[in-house]
Amino acid sequence: AVLSLTNARTSVTSGLVGHAAKVIGVATSKQREKCTYTGQIIPPPARYGGRHTVTLIPGDGIGPELLNHVRELFRFSCVPLDFEVVNINSSITSEDDINNAITAIRRNGVALKGNLETNHTLPPSHKSRNNVLRTGLDLYANVMRCQSLPGVQTRHKNIDIIIIRENTEGEYSSLEHESVPGVVESLKIITRNNSLRIADYAFQLAREKGRRRVTAVHKANIMKLADGLFLECCREVASGYPDIAFDSMIVDNTTMQLVSKPHQFDVMVMPNLYGNVVSNVCAGLVGGPGLVPGANYGRNYAVFETATRNTGKSIAGRNIANPTAMLLASCLMLDHLKLHDYASMIRNAVFATMNESLLHTPDIGGQGTTSEMVQSVMRNIKSSGPLTTEL
Amino acid sequence: MAGNALRSTLSRVLGAVKSQTQPRTFSRGVHTVTLIPGDGIGPEISTAVMKIFEAAKVPIQWEERNVTAIKGPGGKWMIPPEAKESMDRSKIGLKGPLKTPIAAGHPSMNLLLRKTFDLYANVRPCVSIEGYKTPYTDVDLVTIRENTEGEYSGIEHVIVDGVVQSIKLITEQASRRIAEYAFEYARNNQRSSVTAVHKANIMRMSDGLFLRKCREVAENYKDVKFTEMYLDTVCLNMVQDPTQFDVLVMPNLYGDILSDLCAGLIGGLGVTPSGNIGANGVAIFESVHGTAPDIAGKDLANPTALLLSAVMMLRHMGLHADAKKIETACYDTIRDKKVLTKDLGGNSKCSEFTTEICRRVQDMD
Repeated sequence: AVLSLTNARTSVTSGLVGHAAKVIGVATSKQREKCTYTGQIIPPPARYGGRHTVTLIPGDGIGPELLNHVRELFRFSCVPLDFEVVNINSSITSEDDINNAITAIRRNGVALKGNLETNHTLPPSHKSRNNVLRTGLDLYANVMRCQSLPGVQTRHKNIDIIIIRENTEGEYSSLEHESVPGVVESLKIITRNNSLRIADYAFQLAREKGRRRVTAVHKANIMKLADGLFLECCREVASGYPDIAFDSMIVDNTTMQLVSKPHQFDVMVMPNLYGNVVSNVCAGLVGGPGLVPGANYGRNYAVFETATRNTGKSIAGRNIANPTAMLLASCLMLDHLKLHDYASMIRNAVFATMNESLLHTPDIGGQGTTSEMVQSVMRNIKSSGPLTTEL
Repeated sequence: MAGNALRSTLSRVLGAVKSQTQPRTFSRGVHTVTLIPGDGIGPEISTAVMKIFEAAKVPIQWEERNVTAIKGPGGKWMIPPEAKESMDRSKIGLKGPLKTPIAAGHPSMNLLLRKTFDLYANVRPCVSIEGYKTPYTDVDLVTIRENTEGEYSGIEHVIVDGVVQSIKLITEQASRRIAEYAFEYARNNQRSSVTAVHKANIMRMSDGLFLRKCREVAENYKDVKFTEMYLDTVCLNMVQDPTQFDVLVMPNLYGDILSDLCAGLIGGLGVTPSGNIGANGVAIFESVHGTAPDIAGKDLANPTALLLSAVMMLRHMGLHADAKKIETACYDTIRDKKVLTKDLGGNSKCSEFTTEICRRVQDMD
């Protein structure tokens, strides 16, 4: 009854007051739980006069400087977005920082983050902070679109592969024990529910983007039960999507095919570890870690970052990091928030900048700096017309 | 500081002594090698290799054996006793592709061989072949993969309906053994660095143990540079610039994926050699491609993979001059592009390709 009343009010006032009315209508959190699949997720409630609030986690290495550039760019382009910055100190063992971040993301619904470094000499009780974030928010799908950019020189051209990787279980369960001194066992967990969920996500996304084929990547000839279950779930879901072709490939053959004939792949879905390998191989094929954005989607939350999750410690603070991946990730975030105009404006400006090889950063063979690239993006936005603030 | 120098010279001397005791016994006389032709195109490529070795006058005597699984006493599947006895005597084997039975009831033959001879290290050198063009040039690296445990332990359980757990096993002993082999290999083959590939940020205890053992072994081999790199970083950099890698050592699953990735960089499994090193000095060199039943018996097969594996075998046995001769003949033939099998882009027969290599080998004498 409450919902229908607010809906009626929204429809009456929407014509008059526009965005502000949506704020009133969406005040009840019921709408947020109605999110099902991609494209139908209701954006998080925008407070304070139509401006969205997004959690920003600077991270380590090149994260802080790149995210500063993103903030600068958003301010320049008048994007109606405010950032709530949550700093996480990845070297201390206390879990308070990461818990604060998780609470902030629950509050805002969307986050943009840099990678958090994991010190692997610390004992196993200190889990990887990125992993804790993903499992804490149940961000079960990691989506990465590897697209060749025309201005970048690579060995293979015209690649366009979407990789969907299960993000919460598999080899990353962090369940390890030393049963006998000198013998360590690490558990890889595969569940039917999560496999069905990720397969369903993959097929829905393929259908939405007009893709023709989904390939499941596995190693079921060796891990018969675990990957066998994953493959079975994919097949089950595939039968419900007759318009999309489904095939499977073993992971070692997949990597071999990716370096020799990458154009045979369309959409790929796989468990966690193989996703790590395949996504890094594909990122390398299109030009490197500085070019590909990644998104982590859950039922209620979404977190955006660079696809290959590098901290870039060796290039931090030297103004040579490639901002493309982070800028494109912020465009993905704007799309998620249904601010499509801003997203395409920034994306087109980034692509236009990438076409000029003089501005390329060292990782793609040029000698430009990060700030020069960002300035060029801002110039492209200014010349394309819409309202901007003073530089 | 003086202590360090003394220790490193001592370890180098000991290392040299150790490598002396192994294959140096083969330096005189004719060596026996167990040959397992395999299925499909196996017999024809084995014949090709034997012909080339004959033309090069390599002091090797072949003992052909079959390894179809038989059921031994007690119901356990095992390889035929003649094959096992021949391998134990000769210690060196050359194997063609074996058919994997789908519903024969017994495990794969490769698995049986691995268990029988405790083949703990899989070595795959990947070198770009001049004349067989791929988008990647100047690849020259070696992947050394732990072959007995890790993710392929085969221990899986259904905990409750819909939840499956697969166990990855890492032991101190196996990690130390593979690390030692990797550094020995690097030293014996004049390689400058060894990189351990791991994912210790996520799998802290298991890959952490592997990494610790590698670090410990690295202390004894100060002449070889040791670095560690995350698996995803290796994949990323491998696809962009494979020249930065030298020797890579890693647990089973990462090794499986990376070795096939590197094979793809140089042109696929049809041109990649591979060797399996076991305990007790046993070593089996093999071609890793499939049996290709569609071209079996038609004289169309490409013997390059088996030939390069045989060259690897010669190097392992210490017959470096013969190895270089045959390898050069093979590379020259491919570079010339006049006589190439179908998969390399030509349209010659397997026998013609073999004859051409034999001719080059004889011309070199």
